[in-house]
Amino acid sequence: MKTSSIIILVVIAAAIGALLMYSVDFSTYDTIGSAKEKQGQYVHLIAKLDKSKPIQYDALKDPNYLSFYAVDSLGNSTQVIYRNTKPAELEQSERVVLKGKMEGNVFECNDILLKCPSKYKDDKKQLEKTVTQY
Amino acid sequence: MTFENEHLLPGQVGHFFVLLAFVASIVSAISYFTASKTRLENERQSWIRFARGAFFIQVFSLFAVFGCIYYICSNHYYEYLYVYKHASKELEPKYLLACIWEGQEGSFLLWALWHCALGMVLIFTAKKREASIMSIVNTAQFFLILMILGLYIFNVRIGSSPFVLTRNELAGPIFSQPNYLTFIKDGIGLNPLLRNYWMVIHPPILFLGFASTIVPIAFAYSSLVSKDWGGWVKAALPWTLFSACVLGTGIMMGGKWAYESLSFGGYWAWDPVENAAFVPWLILVAGLHCMAIFNSTKNALRASYLFIILTYLFVLYSTFLTRTGILGDTSVHSFTEAGTAMNVLIGIYVLAISLPVFYLFFKNYSKIPSIQKEEDMSSREFWMFIGALILFLSALFVISITSLPVYNKIFGTNLADPQDREFAYNKVLVLVAVIVGLLTGVSQFLRYKNTDKKYLIKRIGWPLGISVVGTGLLMIFYPVDYTQKGPGFLVAVNLALFASIFSVLANAFYLKSVLKWNLKAGGAAISHLGFALMIGGMLISSGNKKVISDNSKTGLFIPFAKDPTGRGTENPMENLTLLKDVPTRMGKYTVTYINDSASNEKDRTFYNLHFQKIDSVSGKVDEDFVLSPDAYRMKDNNLTSNPGTKHYLTHDIFTYISTISVPDASKDTTTFKPHTLAIGDSVFYSKGYYVLNDVEKNPDNERFHFSPADTALVANITVYSDNGTSYKAYPALVIQNQELNFINDTVSAQNLYLNFSGIAANKKFKINSKETDKLTDFITLKAYYFPYINLVWLGLVIMSVGFIVSLVNRVKAPRIWAYVSIGLVLAFLFYLFLLANN
Repeated sequence: MKTSSIIILVVIAAAIGALLMYSVDFSTYDTIGSAKEKQGQYVHLIAKLDKSKPIQYDALKDPNYLSFYAVDSLGNSTQVIYRNTKPAELEQSERVVLKGKMEGNVFECNDILLKCPSKYKDDKKQLEKTVTQY
Repeated sequence: MTFENEHLLPGQVGHFFVLLAFVASIVSAISYFTASKTRLENERQSWIRFARGAFFIQVFSLFAVFGCIYYICSNHYYEYLYVYKHASKELEPKYLLACIWEGQEGSFLLWALWHCALGMVLIFTAKKREASIMSIVNTAQFFLILMILGLYIFNVRIGSSPFVLTRNELAGPIFSQPNYLTFIKDGIGLNPLLRNYWMVIHPPILFLGFASTIVPIAFAYSSLVSKDWGGWVKAALPWTLFSACVLGTGIMMGGKWAYESLSFGGYWAWDPVENAAFVPWLILVAGLHCMAIFNSTKNALRASYLFIILTYLFVLYSTFLTRTGILGDTSVHSFTEAGTAMNVLIGIYVLAISLPVFYLFFKNYSKIPSIQKEEDMSSREFWMFIGALILFLSALFVISITSLPVYNKIFGTNLADPQDREFAYNKVLVLVAVIVGLLTGVSQFLRYKNTDKKYLIKRIGWPLGISVVGTGLLMIFYPVDYTQKGPGFLVAVNLALFASIFSVLANAFYLKSVLKWNLKAGGAAISHLGFALMIGGMLISSGNKKVISDNSKTGLFIPFAKDPTGRGTENPMENLTLLKDVPTRMGKYTVTYINDSASNEKDRTFYNLHFQKIDSVSGKVDEDFVLSPDAYRMKDNNLTSNPGTKHYLTHDIFTYISTISVPDASKDTTTFKPHTLAIGDSVFYSKGYYVLNDVEKNPDNERFHFSPADTALVANITVYSDNGTSYKAYPALVIQNQELNFINDTVSAQNLYLNFSGIAANKKFKINSKETDKLTDFITLKAYYFPYINLVWLGLVIMSVGFIVSLVNRVKAPRIWAYVSIGLVLAFLFYLFLLANN
């Protein structure tokens, strides 16, 4: 195969690739404030569980309904509804990444990633806490 | 201050061997490099002898380091931070290796050990290329050992040593006391998610895959420095086949593990960590095809160089992604932040080997011979090259989406994964599957240089015809029913299904009619057949996967606090709550949560679910089995669950626990009524009576599995209710860590709680009971139906065996060795992927 034809192939392929990349609608990391302005758009919220407000979950009534409140570093707060089971470590989490959409004043969440101290074996502070617990 | 009961010797020995190995790797790298530059044969030989000596010392030292880590871990010396972080006393001995390579340091060591093994083979087989190849291997060793060195240079710690002491690393009041070790009762231990036999097997295989990619690039390097263009390809081909086989198998072992014991509900999730291993494999396979083209036609040499160098670059890039904590927000299972110094170190390693080889490649680019003549459109090499290019472009596509966190770091953007990450990948790669399926089907029948059209049509006529009919029949009788992403994607899925069926048939026909079952020469066809079978299996199993715990279908629960706008329907209600002893309809099954049984591992409980499928017409029981998914419940309420799966030849029923009931003592105000009973005594309660049959020491029954080493007393009680049914109950008394623990038992159908509180005089026992009207025991679970999942595993096994067939054919192994190695690989993989279901 001639070098020229290889180059043409690569350029065509790169163009297809670029088009495909463009077709991937990336989401963004947002604060609660900016998510509220992007109603109905899929975003990632980085926030914390608001421990002063109640967590509503009763697996006997409906195992697919969890409601809690999240606050972000700017102090904004929102109710979050997650139609799935309550992640066991939610109360212990230090930070949560919530994936979903703002619908009115409620954040409809599809997925929750928890940042939990117990997962962080390499976090020195946490190790210091556990080593003296025993 | 001197500390009591510390065992510092193994750590000092270990650290010494780390240093020795480090120095030896430098000496060996430099001597080999000098040897590769020396023209005088005598001088060259003496440099090589010296370098070999240094390498042997390095190999010995690294095994000694591993021995020291093994020793301190198996003895639970918590004065070492690594042991404290990764080992624990209750961990079963079989997980000892797993906890060694759970951490960064252990896994770098594992990688380095594989380099040692590969290096030993290379020393005895690489002949005139030994010096330049081994200088690359030793450079890699230099970096890997640097990662576990743990020396301070200008107040910056270089690498992290597995032998650092807990008291030096952590601050805490206990460390100012000489007897601080008595306060550290137990280590953190292996993460429950990783307590699985796959954690023992998968990392070594995957790391062997990663480690072995250094061999092809080292061969490429040796040819660039010796200006022996092209000669390396033939020698490196078996190594490339080996690498592709091991890396591919290692990746799919991860998939099998994820499917079998992690609760993701599948074998592939396009998680960045999975992608990071998959991308180098794709490029490696692209390189492998280019090398095969060169071997037969002298074409595609430059592409072979390029892909082999890029493979190694991407292996290290994937190391960078998974080990620097940069994926923290996007991946469920990457390593966590390792500190800036470590990140810089890993970053340097990524570039240190591939960049110089790249430089040599571009410097000599015009000297590397290439054929100017246009390839014939009917030639095999043309279509093989197109296939390689497609694989390479898919790799670039996958890595460009996976690298999102890296762009965010560099450009300060805040892009995140798309809403449906899996679909973002699938919609592109399903098209790749169509093309690759067709190419692997047709290209076997093409000949190098050019192919007679009539011959081709005659050969592919049958497989093409059968696969058209076969796909048609499949679409009528067992259609892929995946409508969630619209008709366009469904068409693409069916096209891909057709292409993979065609490829399976075409390769089978090739083995039959062209090779006349001379399988020795059929490695490529076997691999392609396996690959196509695997892709077909993936399309069917993922396309027709069903959630059978779907609440909206069982109609048991009406969601409360329903969204007034009626939204939220895009989230299926996948979780179902089962009350103890209450049969619940789930898909075609009636499921009852019958009881739970403790395990001999701390905090682990198995939940026994009785599945029954009753024929609605005849009333006969068609299927009847018990699944026991389990969960670890830690003291901080952290729940880690392992699925329970019923394996059939054609499908799997897959369940896992998502929530369990937390007994809430404060709500229950009734108290236990004390009784002192001898064996055979009975006690009445409101709905019947119960009998103390026996008290057993360390029994092994349906609820408990104690070993003779435990200290447990279990009361064997039968409850007879007024309506004539009887139940077994086993309240227990267990001594753990010098503490007395009571394990109560519940007969929830009778709302009866039983407690065994101790031994009284005259061979009597203290049994307490209470009745409450609260029905609290329940579990919430997810259940899936996975059809034809075995095709995926069977395809993978066939593909891997195909690689080995090609490999033994290439190295012209004696027939007996060829049979033995193929047989062993086949048996090992068949057992792991298709028989050893737990």
